[in-house]
Amino acid sequence: MSPALIAALPFLGAFLPALLIRTGRTHAAAAAALTSGLALLGLLLHLPAVLRGEVITTRIEWLPWLGLNVNFMIDGLGMLFATLILGIGILIILYARYYLTKSDPAGQFYTYLLLFQGAMVGIVLSDNILLLLVFWELTSLSSFLLIGFWKHLPEGRQGARMALTVTGLGGLSMIAGMLILGNIAGSYDISEILKHREAIQASDMYLPALILILGGAFTKSAQFPFHFWLPHAMAAPTPVSAYLHSATMVKAGLFLMARLWPVLSGTPEWFYIVATTGLITMLIGAKIAIFKDDMKALLAFSTVSHLGLITFLLGLGTKTAAVAAVFHIINHATFKAALFMSAGIVDHEAHTRDLKRLGGLRHLMPITATIATVAALSMAGIPLFNGFLSKELMLEEAAHTVWAETTWLVPVVATLAALFSAAYSFRFIAHGFFGPVRDDYPTTPHDPGIGMWASPAFLATLVVLIGVMPMTFAGPYVQMAANAVVGGDLHMHLIKHWHGLTPALIMSGIAVLGGVALLFVFKPLKVLWENMPRPEAKVIYDWIVEGIATLSSRFTAALHNGSMARYLMLFTLASIAAGLWAWSGGTQGPITRAMLPVTPVAAVGWVMLVTATLCVVAFHHNRLLALVLISIVGLIVSICFIYLSAPDLALTQISVEVVTAVLMLLALNFLPKTTALESSKLKLSGDAALAIAGGLAVGGLIYALMMRDFAFDTMAAYHLAKSYELGGGTNVVNVILVDFRGYDTYGEITVLGIAALVIFALTEALLSGTASRKLIAWRPDMVRGGDKHPLMLLIASRVILPIALLVGVFIFLRGHNLPGGGFIAGLVVSIALVMQYMASGFAWTQARQKVYYHVLIGAGVLAAGITGAGAWFNGMPFLTSDFGYVKLPGLEPFELATAAGFDLGVFLGVVGSVMLSLGGLSRLARRAAALEDEEGAHIVAEKPAARDLAAAGAAAYPAGAPLPQRWLSARAAKGEKQ
Amino acid sequence: MEALVASAIGIMTAAGIYLILRLRTFPVVLGMAMLSYAVNIFLFATGRLAVNMPPILEHAGVNTPGYTDPMPQALVLTAIVISFGMTAVVVMLSLGAFIEAGNDRIDLGDEEKTK
Repeated sequence: MSPALIAALPFLGAFLPALLIRTGRTHAAAAAALTSGLALLGLLLHLPAVLRGEVITTRIEWLPWLGLNVNFMIDGLGMLFATLILGIGILIILYARYYLTKSDPAGQFYTYLLLFQGAMVGIVLSDNILLLLVFWELTSLSSFLLIGFWKHLPEGRQGARMALTVTGLGGLSMIAGMLILGNIAGSYDISEILKHREAIQASDMYLPALILILGGAFTKSAQFPFHFWLPHAMAAPTPVSAYLHSATMVKAGLFLMARLWPVLSGTPEWFYIVATTGLITMLIGAKIAIFKDDMKALLAFSTVSHLGLITFLLGLGTKTAAVAAVFHIINHATFKAALFMSAGIVDHEAHTRDLKRLGGLRHLMPITATIATVAALSMAGIPLFNGFLSKELMLEEAAHTVWAETTWLVPVVATLAALFSAAYSFRFIAHGFFGPVRDDYPTTPHDPGIGMWASPAFLATLVVLIGVMPMTFAGPYVQMAANAVVGGDLHMHLIKHWHGLTPALIMSGIAVLGGVALLFVFKPLKVLWENMPRPEAKVIYDWIVEGIATLSSRFTAALHNGSMARYLMLFTLASIAAGLWAWSGGTQGPITRAMLPVTPVAAVGWVMLVTATLCVVAFHHNRLLALVLISIVGLIVSICFIYLSAPDLALTQISVEVVTAVLMLLALNFLPKTTALESSKLKLSGDAALAIAGGLAVGGLIYALMMRDFAFDTMAAYHLAKSYELGGGTNVVNVILVDFRGYDTYGEITVLGIAALVIFALTEALLSGTASRKLIAWRPDMVRGGDKHPLMLLIASRVILPIALLVGVFIFLRGHNLPGGGFIAGLVVSIALVMQYMASGFAWTQARQKVYYHVLIGAGVLAAGITGAGAWFNGMPFLTSDFGYVKLPGLEPFELATAAGFDLGVFLGVVGSVMLSLGGLSRLARRAAALEDEEGAHIVAEKPAARDLAAAGAAAYPAGAPLPQRWLSARAAKGEKQ
Repeated sequence: MEALVASAIGIMTAAGIYLILRLRTFPVVLGMAMLSYAVNIFLFATGRLAVNMPPILEHAGVNTPGYTDPMPQALVLTAIVISFGMTAVVVMLSLGAFIEAGNDRIDLGDEEKTK
């Protein structure tokens, strides 16, 4: 099976439990187990090859120019981790089937679990660090879902948030580190990076990259001082804890360190940062674990401690230490998963997992007790169990590690940590399972069914088998993975129990005996511990989060106080300041262009424009007058476009002016007709000063720009030269719109359509609820003209309609070669239609209008899209156009370009959008006029039926069309009145 | 000619900025329309000014001494249409706010502002 498929399988399989959510736990679990099993099978088929030292790869290009490729590889390390993830995953799936109750949404649980599993497998099989980062973030996200699975528990939510915050921040740091690393190595492929050890370690950026990457690894693997999230993540259901904290999530950080071990390790920086952190974490985690009463909390801190142990080993940077690290990864995964599951069983059966309230379970649940004891003894490092072997290897390494020229420090700390580790392991057994049977259990605990203990029992068996015959059951795997870590040619020493009376054995003996001794003086120690002041990580974390949240909300409140005028003022000020800064630091070349002569026409136009603009400012309190004045500005702008060789722009601008004016008038129907003078003199002059500064800046900038030639050759020459040859049109602007930059245009008509739909949605919102009542109660605030639909306008508009439509078609057709095109034709046709609405009334026109404008928008976008997609059939990229000449009998040959289809889409989109926008405003006006007496206003030669609102509505929306409920009720009310 | 265009852009920008700093919706809408004019001409002018040189390739009936830069024209053409869409949305928002709230202020009332 391809490595990519192995990584993808859990993601694909994640759909199954979600779909089976209603069929109960068994089916969801079976589907999840099947998926994991299939992936595991696919993986293990590669095992013989990987054991021989081969590396299985899949390479799929994704974004090669970014160096981001979907490259997967299965080497020894990836094989080891993927086996653990998938194998323990299956055990957890089985266990969770019996752990979850009927009321838990099992489908959801297994979906999250598979998502997480896929992300983990993705991490360990990635051969590209960017891809690895994607999976890395996915584990943070999916573990958030898993940890917070019991949404109703506040601890669950808090724990999930904390885990996401800490590991998410670590992930960000790692992204930076990985990018630096990839930059140094010149590739983002891991197999490539691993070849550049010298270059990376010699680089100045080695230390920053190392620290940033370790930031990610340490947070994920809960290393001091980021260890605090892990115990809080224990609020998750136990299967999640068992999975995340034994074999997967927290091992991701270790995996990463092991993965990059060949290039990053071996330097003093690596040793002092990684080994020291590991040592501290190992000691602190073990110390805290002793005094935890909650079984899961105890295990959580022991996990922290063991992760520290592995980190320490990786930090040493020697090959033998790397072997020990790999071996302990396997051992820890087996005994810790078994322990978590045992704790879950106890919790499940005794309804408590508080060590103070437990005892004597050995008699009540012998099977669970046996499993837990075996696993705990392995954790304590007792011979014949696998934990002993790897702990011996660790102590052996520690025994001759020199830390800053001190020989005794590391061995002593390591022994102490091992002692603590033995102590909490013994306490876990002694206080939980041994001692007298207690009679104050809520219910009498007993062993669960085999479904629940099968998984931990399997792991406990492995603990013993590896412990007794390490070279048979783990040797090849350790050899294979360690080989991949250290980069080949590793001659592994035999892992065995008896090495003679080595320092490690003595240290181990001290640890075990000390652990037992500690258990005997546990009570006084516990009192001492409780009375000792100690920093509570959660309090500090909350304090920091609280502080940051307060700071940011203060910052936001200071900037966003609800005054839009202030935002705009600050924004303008900031823009001007930024411009000024850029200007003061930049250089300006000499003027290279001569000014064009000023003709009298241009001068007159300028005077009119400036006068109109200033008048808008001066008279904006009179809104209708301001509207007229701003239309003058628009007209002059259109003329300016014609004069300056832009006929297309002029046509567009002038048609947009018309619809904008109609839009503003419709709005002014409701809005007050005047603006009161509210601002103080100070604000007015301040605003004026800001406005003048902004005007000077923009004017100065464009003047400077226009008086100089282009710094680089523009694309103009290309467009002018290729317009006819490639696009088949002589109107270069239109060819650019529908062909060269068709993708932009496609986006733009989509945006325009979205804007129109937004307006429609807003209208709908206003037509319901309180706003609707306000609209009905609304009374016009100025005297109306006598005649709503003047006869002259009415007749003229109807006569003009066919002509206007013909003009629209004409403009559309000539667009490719002469000024015109879909945009302008769309606007012209819209104006023709708007005229009908204005002259004959909304109801009359709507009754004769058969197509919904939404449909027009959709059709427009579709037409453009289909035309674009048509290019695929010619084997060309999206939106490549083609054209040819067609000869119809009786006509001259004419040209047909596929771009015309695209332009048709533009045309439809524009008509639909404009009409839907204006229609929305008209509907508001109609609602407001609903109570007005319609009779007498119509001297129109209408069909009588059209005068009736209900009938008109019925014609516009035929029976059976899905209508909003309130329309029906309004219709019914109308009917009753008549 | 360039000086006229540049000064017109500057004056329109100034008018637009002044108007968007008003406290009622309608002047702000006018100001945004004014800024749209200014920005559109600004973009257009980055292609440098040319008289009688429309980018329509020479064929029957059309004869020009050269062509102006078509690229900014194409960009501005869509910008004009999009700015209509934007104006329409803003108008609708202000209208909705007016109908719901009964006034056309753009700022939150003092009691709604964050302290």
